[in-house]
Amino acid sequence: MTQPSAKIEVRALTMAYGDFVIQRDLNFRIEQGDIFIIMGGSGCGKSTLLRHLVGLKSPAKGEVLFDGASFWEAEEPRQRAMQQRMGVLYQSGALWSSMTLAENIALPLGEYTQLARAEIDELVSLKLALVGLAGFEAYYPSEISGGMRKRAGLARAMALDPEVLFFDEPSAGLDPVSARLLDELILQLRDSLGATVVVVTHELASMFAIGNNSIFLDPESKTQIAGGDPARLLRESRDPRVIRFLTRGERTEWESRSDG
Amino acid sequence: MLHSSEAHGLLLVFSGCWRAQCTLPARDELLRQLPQPFQGELRFDSADLRGWDSRFVNWLLKLIPPLEKRGIVVRYEGLPPGVRGLLQLATEVPERAGARRGATRRGLLATVGEQIYRLLDGGKALLEFIGELLQALFRMLIGRARMRASDLFLFVQQNGIDALPIVALIAVLVGLILAFIGALQLQMFGAQIYVANLVGIAMAREMGAMMAAIIMAGRTGAAFAAQLGTMQVNEEIDAFRTLGVDPLEFLVLPRMLALTLMMPLLCIYADLLGIMGGMLVGITLFEISPSLYLQQTLAAVSLADFGVGVVKSLVFGVLIAVAGCMQGIRCGRSASAVGEATTSAVVMAIVAIIVADAIMTLIANALGV
Repeated sequence: MTQPSAKIEVRALTMAYGDFVIQRDLNFRIEQGDIFIIMGGSGCGKSTLLRHLVGLKSPAKGEVLFDGASFWEAEEPRQRAMQQRMGVLYQSGALWSSMTLAENIALPLGEYTQLARAEIDELVSLKLALVGLAGFEAYYPSEISGGMRKRAGLARAMALDPEVLFFDEPSAGLDPVSARLLDELILQLRDSLGATVVVVTHELASMFAIGNNSIFLDPESKTQIAGGDPARLLRESRDPRVIRFLTRGERTEWESRSDG
Repeated sequence: MLHSSEAHGLLLVFSGCWRAQCTLPARDELLRQLPQPFQGELRFDSADLRGWDSRFVNWLLKLIPPLEKRGIVVRYEGLPPGVRGLLQLATEVPERAGARRGATRRGLLATVGEQIYRLLDGGKALLEFIGELLQALFRMLIGRARMRASDLFLFVQQNGIDALPIVALIAVLVGLILAFIGALQLQMFGAQIYVANLVGIAMAREMGAMMAAIIMAGRTGAAFAAQLGTMQVNEEIDAFRTLGVDPLEFLVLPRMLALTLMMPLLCIYADLLGIMGGMLVGITLFEISPSLYLQQTLAAVSLADFGVGVVKSLVFGVLIAVAGCMQGIRCGRSASAVGEATTSAVVMAIVAIIVADAIMTLIANALGV
C-alpha cells in the first residue's frame, strides 16, 4: 500500500440478494473532500451500493474500507462508531413522523453527546437555519412540503457533524430551482464542513454541477464500466452506454467537438 | 481562549478544542468582561484553534448579534473559512414570518371542547362511511360493483381458514375455564352433571361468538386498518379514486363480505371446540362419562341457542370490518397515523362488540329466544 488510505475505499465488492447478483467486482476510492456521484440506469443497484457503503447491507464478497479500516470486519461497537461519522439523507427524508423537526434532529445529539438540553436546542436551531428552515422547530414532518422535508432530513443527517454525507436521490421530487439550491447547499456544506459527499443520482445537471468523481454502474454487464469526473466522462468517454446516459440518449457515439 | 484590548477595538483569540466533547467558555462571562461603553471593532484570531464543529459556530452565532446591537463592528476575517461559510449560510435565509410557533398550552375547558368536537366529527365520519358503504353494497347487489372475486377468496382464506388454530386454542381454553369454575360450584350440590348445560349454553349463546369476535378484531380488524392505512400513506387509495374506482367497492366490500361470511362459521367452530373443552374437564376431573356429558349437552342446548350465537357473530363481523376499514381509509399520511388508525380500529371494534352483544342479549331475552 503506497497510497494513503482514502476516506472510503471499495475493494472487489460483489453485491447480491441471495443468489441474485446485482453488481460484481466494484473497485473505487472516495477521497476526503470529494463529491462522489454514483450513477447508472434504473435498477442497476445504485441504492444498493449506497446501502453497502453506509453499513445497512453486508457485501456478498469484498470489502468496504472507511479511513482504511474494514467496516464489515470490525466489531459491532467499532461499526457503530463508524456509522456515527456518516450522515445519510434518504430519498424522501425518512423523518420520524411522530416527532417534530426539532426532536428529529435532537435525537442523535441527545444519544451521542453529553451536551446540555439548552445547547442541544441551540444546535438544532442552527442546523435548521443552515438548511433554510429557521423557525420550523415545532413542525411535524407531515405539516411541511416535500422539499422542506428533504432539507430537514439533511439537517438531521448533519446533526453529528459527520465526516461523510450520503445522499440518495437528493433532487428527486424537487422543482429545478429547489434542486439547484440543494446542489449549492451541498457544495457550501462540503466547503464549510470539509465533509466528503457521496450522491446517488440520475439528475444530469446536478451531477455535472457538483460531482468531481464518479462511478458508472451498468445493469447489463453487472459491474462498473466507467468512473472519474462526470464532465470529463462526457467529453472523453468512448463507451456508447456511458455516452447515451450522459446525453439523455441523444448520442450514442463519441464525437470530438471543436469547441475551445 | 482569551481576549485583549487594542487601540481600536478588541481581539478575540481562540485556542484549543471547540468540539462537542470539550468544555466551552460561557458567553455571558465574556460579554460582562467587555469594557462597558465599548465602540469599535471586534476581530478574531483562530490560529491556535485545534478543532471545531457546529458547537463553535453556534457559540459565535449567539455571541455576535448582541454585540452588533451595541454598535460594535464585527470583522470575520480571522475565523476559519468554513466557519465563515456556515455563519453566512445560517443567517442567509431569514426566518419566515409567522412560521415559528411555541408550545401552546390550552386550558381544560378548551381541551374538553376540542375533544367533544373531535367526537362529533368522528360520529359524522362514521355515518358518512356507513352511507357510502351502503351505496357500494347496493351497487354490488345489482351487480355493478367493481370488485374482484380473487380478492374475496383471498380474504376468505385469511379471515377464515388461517384463523382456525388461534380460535381453536382460545375456544378450548374458555370451555375448560367455564367448566372448571362451574363444576366446582355445582359439585357442592352434587349436580356437577349440569356443567354440560352451563358450558353448552354459555358457549352457544355467548362465548363462542364473543371470543371469535374479539380474536378477529385483534387479528383481522387491525390488519384491515394497517393495510388500508399504509395504502393511504402510499397514495394507493388516491390512485383508485382518480381512476374512478371507488375504494369502498374495491377494497372495503371484499374485506367486509369475507369477514361477515366467515364469522358465523368461526363462531360455530368455536362453540363446538368450547363444548369439547368443557367435556374434557367434565370427564377427567369430575368423572362424568363422555356419553352422559354429550347426552346432557344435546338435551340442554337447542338449535335456537346456536342461532342466537350465529346471528350475533354475523353482526360482530360487520362491526369489526366497518371499524377496521373506516379507520384505515380515514388514516393520515404518516407512520404514526397508521399506528393510531390500527389502535382505534381495535378499540372501536371491541367496544362495539360488547355494546352490541349487550343489546342483542336484551332483545333475545325480550323475544324469548
